[in-house]
Amino acid sequence: MSIIFLILPITLVMCGGAVAAFAWATRSGQFDDLETPAIRLLHDDSPLPERPRDIAATAPLAAIDSQRLSQ
Amino acid sequence: MAAVVLPGTPRSRPPPALTVIACAHCGLPVPAGRVAPQDSQQFCCDGCSSVHAVLSAAGLTDYYAHQISSDAALASPRPTLRKFEELDEPAFQTRHCQQLGDGLRSTELFLEGVHCSACVWLVERLGRVVPAVVNARFDLTRSVLQVTWNGEVAPLSAVARALDSLGYCPHPSGSTNVVAQQRKGDRALLLRLGVAGAAAGNVMLMALALYSGKPAGMSQEYLALFRWGSFLIATPTVFWTGSVFFRGALAALRTRTAHMDLPVSLGILAGYLGSASNTLRGHGDIYFDSLCTLIFLLLVGRYLQRTQQRRSAKASQLISALAPTTARLVEADRLREVPAGDVAVGAIVEVLPGERIAVDGVVTQGFSSVDASLLTGESLPQNVAVGDRVHAGTTNQSATLRVRVESAGAATRLGRLMHSVETTQRERAPIVRLADRVAGYFVVGIVFVALATLLFWWHFDAAHALDHTVALLVVTCPCALGMATPLAVSAALRQAAAAGVLFKGGEFIEELAQPGVMVFDKTGTLTEGRLDLVAWDGDESVKPLLRAAEATSGHPIARAVQRALTENELLCCDRTELPSGLRARVADQTVLMGSQAMIGAELGSLPLWALRSVRAHATLGRTPVVIAVENTVRAVAAFADRVRPDAATNLKRLHALGFELHVLSGDHQEVVAAVAAELGVPLRSAQGGASPESKLAFVAELRKRAKRVFMVGDGVNDAAAMAAANVGIAVHGGAEACLAAADVFTTRPGLEPVLLAAAGARRTVRVIRGGIVLSLAYNLVGIGLAVTGQLDPLLAAVLMPLSSITVVTLAMRATTFRHRSSS
Repeated sequence: MSIIFLILPITLVMCGGAVAAFAWATRSGQFDDLETPAIRLLHDDSPLPERPRDIAATAPLAAIDSQRLSQ
Repeated sequence: MAAVVLPGTPRSRPPPALTVIACAHCGLPVPAGRVAPQDSQQFCCDGCSSVHAVLSAAGLTDYYAHQISSDAALASPRPTLRKFEELDEPAFQTRHCQQLGDGLRSTELFLEGVHCSACVWLVERLGRVVPAVVNARFDLTRSVLQVTWNGEVAPLSAVARALDSLGYCPHPSGSTNVVAQQRKGDRALLLRLGVAGAAAGNVMLMALALYSGKPAGMSQEYLALFRWGSFLIATPTVFWTGSVFFRGALAALRTRTAHMDLPVSLGILAGYLGSASNTLRGHGDIYFDSLCTLIFLLLVGRYLQRTQQRRSAKASQLISALAPTTARLVEADRLREVPAGDVAVGAIVEVLPGERIAVDGVVTQGFSSVDASLLTGESLPQNVAVGDRVHAGTTNQSATLRVRVESAGAATRLGRLMHSVETTQRERAPIVRLADRVAGYFVVGIVFVALATLLFWWHFDAAHALDHTVALLVVTCPCALGMATPLAVSAALRQAAAAGVLFKGGEFIEELAQPGVMVFDKTGTLTEGRLDLVAWDGDESVKPLLRAAEATSGHPIARAVQRALTENELLCCDRTELPSGLRARVADQTVLMGSQAMIGAELGSLPLWALRSVRAHATLGRTPVVIAVENTVRAVAAFADRVRPDAATNLKRLHALGFELHVLSGDHQEVVAAVAAELGVPLRSAQGGASPESKLAFVAELRKRAKRVFMVGDGVNDAAAMAAANVGIAVHGGAEACLAAADVFTTRPGLEPVLLAAAGARRTVRVIRGGIVLSLAYNLVGIGLAVTGQLDPLLAAVLMPLSSITVVTLAMRATTFRHRSSS
């Protein structure tokens, strides 16, 4: 039974380790957002189609501007 | 009414020959008038087609594959088309943005309208639309996009415009300081919660050894080990993680108010001191396990409340934290956008049609109509010409105006109004919450019972008197009582948000649960807030001519005609706007339309039937427009701001809930009376012609008569009254200023959410009361056991979590705001 005198402190040290890990996780923001990562996981399956570089820079913005001009 | 929809008949049946065409973007049916047979894809509105164009240009059409068809709340995106130039101001950049070096900057933007997985996918690929964006991470919990972009390639306003084009209107997400502060607070509380949980688990293990060893007899050294072990863990737990409650209790003592933290701290401290002294002395009961569990459970409640409440409050605060509007300053040779508050008196600003006027001033050039419904509640726009005054916050409708500034920023009528909103809000007495009120009596009762117990046992068994008293204080420590409100409220806030009702704080749920006077604004709240063609007297064949004449105008009457008559087959030429009407040539005929006075002046006289029709509509609070073709009066069209279809039934239900209904509007008395009559509100409770200031006075007067007042509105003119009311409720589509003043706001159109808010609030308070009664019942049992000296730590350790679990289950399972579609 006297083994308990050894086990109890060991348990407490291990528990302290877990608390320290939790403290690190909290401080580094692991629990800040609990919803989006679950969704993001489903997204990155296939790479997006490549677009030619030259129109890449302008095409979507041009679409936005033309839309703004037309209204 | 022009169209009476019989109950049971579908509102709009598609023509039998056509099948319903779904919009390629949002999936809603495409109106027949918009179908373009030559295109492969059809869109229901300009918003959808432009978003689709942006997505295809960026190669992001996978968005549609990510859309989950069923529950994504489909709505046509409505880009606000703002320029967001204020986001590029240096002052804004230093306050909201972080410099990361290499020209990279990072900021957080609060986005409206992101609600599903496909939206997240899309906004995180913002870099495909704006190549300057290096990284975009979305946080669905806070609805905030963390965006990193290259400031040398594109300004933040370009990023914001791109988001806006996709239908996700961005707002600055509070200054980086505030955000960091809040996040720090969240993390600190979570850390305490985790530590308290770990401590509670370990102390409970040792307590289990003590409890199970007790009947068999445990040798002294093991007893001491477990006692000192628990003491070692419990001490930092109580003083560090539990300091939240001690601080609250101290604050309550200092301000002499009742607060839940008071009895909680009393119980924890008494339990800890008693157990610690027993540990030191080496005999007697210890309660460390109960104390740690207690702290842990209470922190869980507090954490849930904090995160849930902030989430509801955030959406409203951020929308109100909009950057200042800009004004277009006219300088000698060019136009320049400047912050609206910085415009000098006497300067000239230009206001385009469709734009909000940013200053108070006098028109120096142009002729237009101005919609002042948000500021004054008048449903009809007013014509303004050179020399007329216009106010900030009103919308210029039909033509470009130039305005000489008389006051800007805080000195405008709008600015003064918002100032009075702020002062009224600050002076409002805080709401005393039900649980805190109970806690006030509770703490007095417990101290009294504890003293009685101490004195009683002192006489009979002085050795155990202190132990019994400590046991009493531990077992009555109101754990369940402390959790009843936060849990019920946070569950209710979550359900309410899902059902389209956002509360800025749990206390407003409790306040709204009690009956009182509910004051409604008319324009935009009870009515649609826009003119519609509601009646037509005379020749139906004139309609196409009218449609063609009004095809290009942005005037509210023209818009109403465009909405009512979707087909336009004729061409209009030579369109001239007259002071209160217009003249146009359509299909080789001269069409003249306008007010009775104007047509009378042009044609000499009006036929009797037309005069009668005009008078009949005018008494109903409608706006009659006379239409003449080739100098003969052919028809009279009546326009009105239609009552919302769901208003009558929901007002009736609110009345059934015990609310006294009142209509208070800035519109003309006849219009208000007509609306009140249609809704079944007694005429003496319908008041028109109320300025924003008199609305505030009305609410203040009601409150002085010790009445509980709830103000429901949507405009800036309601904001001050809302701030003065016990609870201000802003309906969907309200002005930003109004959202700032409101305590509750709805995200679905109509009055049904208002009814839901009131009914749900009552159900929530019933749940809270149930929880309080249950926890008090458990406490009574505990008091009985403790006073008679039969309570030991094991019993306390069982009783406390048992009561908490009951209350938690009750609170989490309750249906409070869940939207019930069948009713």
